Amino acid sequence: MQPDNKVLVDRGLEAAVGENAQQFITFTLGEAEYGIDIMVVREIKGWTETTMIPNAPPHVRGVINLRGIIVPIFDLRTRFGIGVTVPTTMHVVIIVAAGTRTVGLLVDTVSDIISVDPKEIRDVPEMGMPSEDQFLEGLVAIENRMVTLVSLAGLFGMPGGAPKRSASDSNGAIAA
Amino acid sequence: MSVTSETEGYPLAQFRKTYFEECAELLDALQSNLELLSNGNEDDDTLHAIFRSVHSIKGGAGAFGCTDLVAFSHTFESLLDALREHKVAATPDVRQLLLRASDALADIVNAARLEQQLPADFGADIRSAMQEALQGAVDCVEESPPLAPGAPGASSPALGEHRYRIVFRPHTEMLRKANEPILLVRQLRKLGDLTIAADLSRLPDLYAIDPEAAYLSWTFTLETAVSQATILEVFEFVEDDCDLKIELDEIAAAPSVAAQTTADSDTGGGTAVAQAAAPQAAVTQSIRVDVDKVDRLVNLVGELVISQAMLTEQGLALPPDQYPALIQGIEALAQSARELQESVMAIRAQPVKSVFARMPRVVRELAATLGKEVRIVTSGEMTEIDKTVIEQLNDPLTHMIRNALDHGIEAPDERKAAGKPRQGTIHLSAAQRSGRIVIEVSDDGRGINRERVLTKARDRGLVAAGANLSDDEIDNLIFLPAFSTAEVVSNISGRGVGMDVVKRNVQALGGRISVQSKFGHGSAFTLSLPLTLAVADGMVVSVGNETFIIPLTAIVENLRPQTADIHPVVGRGDVLALRGEYLPLVYLHRCFSIDNAIGDPCRGIVIIVQSEGAGRVGVVVDELLGQQQVVVKSLEANYEPVEGISGATILGNGRVALILDVARLHEIDSRSTAGRQQPSEIARSETREDISHAA
Repeated sequence: MQPDNKVLVDRGLEAAVGENAQQFITFTLGEAEYGIDIMVVREIKGWTETTMIPNAPPHVRGVINLRGIIVPIFDLRTRFGIGVTVPTTMHVVIIVAAGTRTVGLLVDTVSDIISVDPKEIRDVPEMGMPSEDQFLEGLVAIENRMVTLVSLAGLFGMPGGAPKRSASDSNGAIAA
Repeated sequence: MSVTSETEGYPLAQFRKTYFEECAELLDALQSNLELLSNGNEDDDTLHAIFRSVHSIKGGAGAFGCTDLVAFSHTFESLLDALREHKVAATPDVRQLLLRASDALADIVNAARLEQQLPADFGADIRSAMQEALQGAVDCVEESPPLAPGAPGASSPALGEHRYRIVFRPHTEMLRKANEPILLVRQLRKLGDLTIAADLSRLPDLYAIDPEAAYLSWTFTLETAVSQATILEVFEFVEDDCDLKIELDEIAAAPSVAAQTTADSDTGGGTAVAQAAAPQAAVTQSIRVDVDKVDRLVNLVGELVISQAMLTEQGLALPPDQYPALIQGIEALAQSARELQESVMAIRAQPVKSVFARMPRVVRELAATLGKEVRIVTSGEMTEIDKTVIEQLNDPLTHMIRNALDHGIEAPDERKAAGKPRQGTIHLSAAQRSGRIVIEVSDDGRGINRERVLTKARDRGLVAAGANLSDDEIDNLIFLPAFSTAEVVSNISGRGVGMDVVKRNVQALGGRISVQSKFGHGSAFTLSLPLTLAVADGMVVSVGNETFIIPLTAIVENLRPQTADIHPVVGRGDVLALRGEYLPLVYLHRCFSIDNAIGDPCRGIVIIVQSEGAGRVGVVVDELLGQQQVVVKSLEANYEPVEGISGATILGNGRVALILDVARLHEIDSRSTAGRQQPSEIARSETREDISHAA
C-alpha cells in the first residue's frame, strides 16, 4: 500500500530508526501478520490446556495457571471474527498486561520483533465496518509484508464483547 | 545506609502516612484504655497510657502543621496530665468528657489525614468543658495547699527549687533513630536554670568517627520547680536509646522536698522507670510491614504448597525402594510447607479488637440520639482472624449493633416498667470454635415481635397464608430482602441497609448468620466466619471433563438417589424427595453447558448444599473426586466476575479448577431451563403456561 515506507526490520538496525521508534512483536493468524506493542508483552509460552469458564463468550478459551496467577486466554482468531483456533502444542500464547490485568492471547506463531517509527504507522482504511477499528491501531509495511498493529485497549475496552460480524473482509485485505 | 538516601527514600509524605497510621493505633489504644477507665479501672498505668497516646498524637501533629489537632490535643493532654497527677478526680462526668473528647480527637485526626476543614467551632464545647474541669483542679489545689506541699507545677515557686543532677548518655545508635540531643537540651533549659557539662571521653579519633554515631554524653544540673516526672517526660522518646540517671542533688534538697522524692520513688524513681521501660518495650516488640508484602508472601507460599503437592503426587508414583532419599525429602518438604503456610497465615491473623474497639463509639452516639441508656460489654477481643476478614467485618457489625440499639433496647422508662434496669446492655463477643470464628451480638431488649414479623411477611407475600412456621423460622424472616425497606418494629428511618445486606456481607466472607430471640428478653445474632479467606476446604467434583470445587462449608450431605425419589414439579423443575422434604435439583452440566456429562442424578451424585436464598438444594454432578484444602485465587483480578463461580484454585496437577458459588446455582439453572422450555425440567413462573400446555 505504501511502498516508500521506511520501516526497518529489527536486525541490529533499530538505532537508525531514531529515539522515537516503537517496537512491536509480530504474530500470525493464518496468513495475516499482526503486531503488538512490545511494552505490554510479559512473556510468550506454548499452548497448554485451559479450564473452561462457564457461559463465557466464544473467544474466551478458559483460564490457565501462570505461576499461581489465574490468567484468562482469549482466542484472537475468534475475537477478530475469523474462525476458531484449534490449538496444538505448536500454538503460542502471548501473555500481555492489559491495564492492571494479565491476559493471554492465543495466536498461531510469533514471528518477529520490529522497530517502527510512529510516523510510519498508517491509519486503517475505512472498510465500511467502523466497529472493526476499535482494536486495530494502524498498519505498517515492512519490506513486502503488511503488519496490522493491534490495540490492547480496543480489545479489552469492552469486556466480553465478542464482535458480532461474519468472518471475512478487512483482515483479508490487510494480509496483503 | 546513609542519611541522604534515607531522606530521599522517605519524603515527608511518607512520614505523614506513617504518622497517621500510628495515630490510628494510638486512638485505638486510647479508646480501649478509656473503656478500662470508665469501667472503674483507675490505676496509674491506665492514666499514663491514656496520657501517652494523646501526647504522641500531639507531638506528631505539630510536626505536620495540623494546628487544630495540636490545639485540641493540648487541652486534652493538660486535663489528662492533671488527672494522672490526681489534681482532678476521675468522676463519672470527667470520664464521660474524656470519652467525648477522644471521639472528637478521632474526628479531628481523620479530618487532618484527609486534609479536610472542620467547622471552626468543632469540639469547642468539649474544649471549654475540659478547660472548666482543669480550672476546677487549679482552684482545688490552691484551696488546700497543705495537702499538696510539694505538688509539682504548683503555682508558688517558693515551695521548692530543686536541683537535679541529670546524667544523659545516649547509646551509639540514638542519632540514627532521628533523635537530636540539642532539642532535649533546649527543652530542659525551658524548665529552669541549666548548667551543662559535656563528657568527651567516648569520642574516638577523627578518622574513626562514624558520623551517625552518638559519642558525647552530658551531665546537666537543673534548678527548677518541676517534678522529676516532668523532666523524665523530656526524655520520653529517647528513653530506650540512652542511659539516663536523674537524681536530686542532696545539698540543695530542702526538707520539704524530701516528701517529693519519696513520692517519686513510689512511681519508680527516674532510673528505675527508664530501665523498666526497656524490657516492657521488648515484650510488645513488633514491626510495621506493608500489607502488600504479606499478601505476596501468602501468595508465594500458596505456590509452594501447590508445587509441593505436585511433587508429592509424582513421588508416590515412584517405587519407594529405589529412591528412598527422594521420597524422604518429599515427605520432609510436605511437612515444612504445611508449617510454613500456617506461620504465614498467622502473620495475617489479627485480633478482632481493632473492630470491636470502634463499637463503643457507635453505641454512645446512637444511644445519645435515641435517648436510650445503653452500655456495651465486649469479650474475646483477642480472638484472631484473618486481616481481610476483619476489614470487612466493620460494616455488618456496626449495622447489627445499631439494629440492637434501635429495635432491641427499649427506652429507659419502658425498661423500668418491664422490670429491667434502665440501662440496656449489648454484649459483643468473639470466640474460636472448631476452625471458625463465632461472633455474637446480643442485647437484653424486647426481642423479636414474632406476630408483627409474621403479619408483615404475610402482607408482603413472603409467607403463604396458611403456612405454619416455627419460631426460629419466623425470626429468620428478618433476613429476607423485602424486610430491608420496611422497619420491622420501630420507625427510625434513613439507616439505609437492612439485615439482608448484613447477611449478604457475611456470606461474601464465607460466613453464616442466625438469630435467636426471646420476646421481651432480647435477641442474639450469631455470626460464624472462616478463619481465613485465602484457604478453604473443598470437595472436588467432576462434571463431564470439567472439575469443580464445592466449598465444604456449604455441603450438607452427598447421596445417590433412587429414580422414584426424583419428581418433576410443574413450575419448580425436578425435585428430590429426601426424608419427607422436597429439595430442588440443580443440574450443573446444564447451568454451565457442559458436554459429556452423565446428567442423571441416579447415576451420578447429588450433593445437598445449603444455598442461601433458595434453602437447601441438590446439585447434580457426575462424580466425587475427593476432598482437599484449596488456596483461593481471584478470577476477577484478570478476568471478570462469573456467575455461579466464586473463585478459582490450582489443583495438584497444576490445572485451574473453579470454585462454585452454590448460592447462585439454583438461579442460573432456573434461567437456563426456562430458555430451553423442557416441560419436565422447567422452573420459572413466567413459563408456567407453556408447561401446562405441553403437559
